[in-house]
Amino acid sequence: MKKFFYVFYVALILLFIYAPIFTLVLYSFVDTPVVSIEQAFKIGFSFDLYKKLFNDAALMKIVWDTLLLAGIVAVLSTLLGTAGAIGIYYSKGKLGKGIATANQIPVINAEIVTAVALVLLFALVIKESRSYVILVVGHLIITTPFVVLSVLPKLKQMDPNMYEAALDLGASPFKALIKVVLPEIFPGILSGFMLAITLSLDDYIISAYTKPAGFDTISTYVYGAMAKANANSSLPALRALSAIIFVVIILVVIGKNIYATRKEKQR
Amino acid sequence: MANGDIKRISREPIKYEAPAKRTLLGFSRKQLCIPYGVFLACFVVLPLLLIVFYSFTDSTGHISINNFVKFFSSATTLTTVIISILLALATTVICLLLAYPVAYILARSNLNKGGTLLLLFIMPMWINFVLRAMAMKDLLTMIGVFEINPYLSVIIGMVYDYLPFMIMPLYTVLVKMDKSLIEASQDLGASPVRTFFKVTLPLSMPGIASGITMVFMPTMTCYVISDTFGNGLITIIGKLIDEQFTTFQNWNLGSAMALVLLVIMLISMWVTGGFKSEDTRGTNL
Repeated sequence: MKKFFYVFYVALILLFIYAPIFTLVLYSFVDTPVVSIEQAFKIGFSFDLYKKLFNDAALMKIVWDTLLLAGIVAVLSTLLGTAGAIGIYYSKGKLGKGIATANQIPVINAEIVTAVALVLLFALVIKESRSYVILVVGHLIITTPFVVLSVLPKLKQMDPNMYEAALDLGASPFKALIKVVLPEIFPGILSGFMLAITLSLDDYIISAYTKPAGFDTISTYVYGAMAKANANSSLPALRALSAIIFVVIILVVIGKNIYATRKEKQR
Repeated sequence: MANGDIKRISREPIKYEAPAKRTLLGFSRKQLCIPYGVFLACFVVLPLLLIVFYSFTDSTGHISINNFVKFFSSATTLTTVIISILLALATTVICLLLAYPVAYILARSNLNKGGTLLLLFIMPMWINFVLRAMAMKDLLTMIGVFEINPYLSVIIGMVYDYLPFMIMPLYTVLVKMDKSLIEASQDLGASPVRTFFKVTLPLSMPGIASGITMVFMPTMTCYVISDTFGNGLITIIGKLIDEQFTTFQNWNLGSAMALVLLVIMLISMWVTGGFKSEDTRGTNL
């Protein structure tokens, strides 16, 4: 009885989470502006929306721009955040503590406040608050703290004697860092990198405030399209795009999990 | 004789000669935090100081508290603040009530063997939240819920977007909990209900606090959801700030609003007892 209730409740919440996603994937095969059951029967299923998506050069450019931005942001924030975490961990003084505290600000701050604060700064200093560089800086502000937070626990778990041993055996501090410390904290760096990608892909508000004119990410484009559409429905081709993104994410997450379980079993 | 020698020698303190120079070209590990420190100072701390400066000045740069007077004397603004807080409260409470049983079942029952079920619950976190909002809006429109009431739609949309962020910290704290405490409580004669309220629930407070912080602040400020689900009828405090910066171009008033928001954030942080972000957002996945 208890078990039945557990399964029932879990199934109910999963239905709430996945019903919209399945509906969207289903209606990505129905070329209709209005998502409704009658329309699905009237029009029937086809790949038309996918054809429209891949033939829409503007929409394809937005997809690649979003991915490129996320890639650039993830690489930069991983470098900045990993170096930052190592620095914070080894400087016991006020400097390290201060940086660790400042690192928490973007995590807890409302994104709109981070965004308008950045606009104030750039408008004051360079009289311009929109450019690709500012967009990257804005994304770095929200992604790098999470890289730091992923790397720091791994540094704390590491045996501190290993670095000392490398130095005693004649390695330079830089070499010891690259050859000894980095491999130890690599899992943290990797999850920080992944987190930076997802946070960048997910962002709307910072992008909306700092993106240069004529540039769009998937978030800003979809939001704009939804605001314009007066029929309570999304742009049909966007459903095909979302369906592809959902499926890719599901495959990546499942693949990563299978890989992780296998590695665990090998140990 | 020989033994005594060894004892005598070993009693002498070992002199450890540290390598004379541990820096190469002045390199030390501490210095690695300098780039990020400079980055944070320029792009995080300085902009926040600018918010404070702008909120206490008028458009000509003179010091004034007019922005705050305007903010707190306008009925529309205050209504918006109250509506934002109420919407965020409703969303947070519903998320907590829905997520706690999920986290409890995942952590305690054998349904979550191999972690697959947990994965299903937090996978939406990786999907762009604007796209998820779009999907939910389409579904609500299809089944006719969207027309009923804008507040209902907004709350459904917000709960939908933030539920995984409540499940994650609750699950982390429940799965790490010492099971022997629960057994001890039952051995001592407490009923399952009493055990839950006297042992499990108090021990999961850090997860609850962390979940509340992850859900409450964004729902108060992230106007994307209220815009898409509210049909333009619902304004929250995040939208108010956005309007001052984009539509009305009154950056001083906008900064004052942002400062009020910062203060609310600090208070809510103080109430929930600090923020433990290491356990959240699925960093261990």
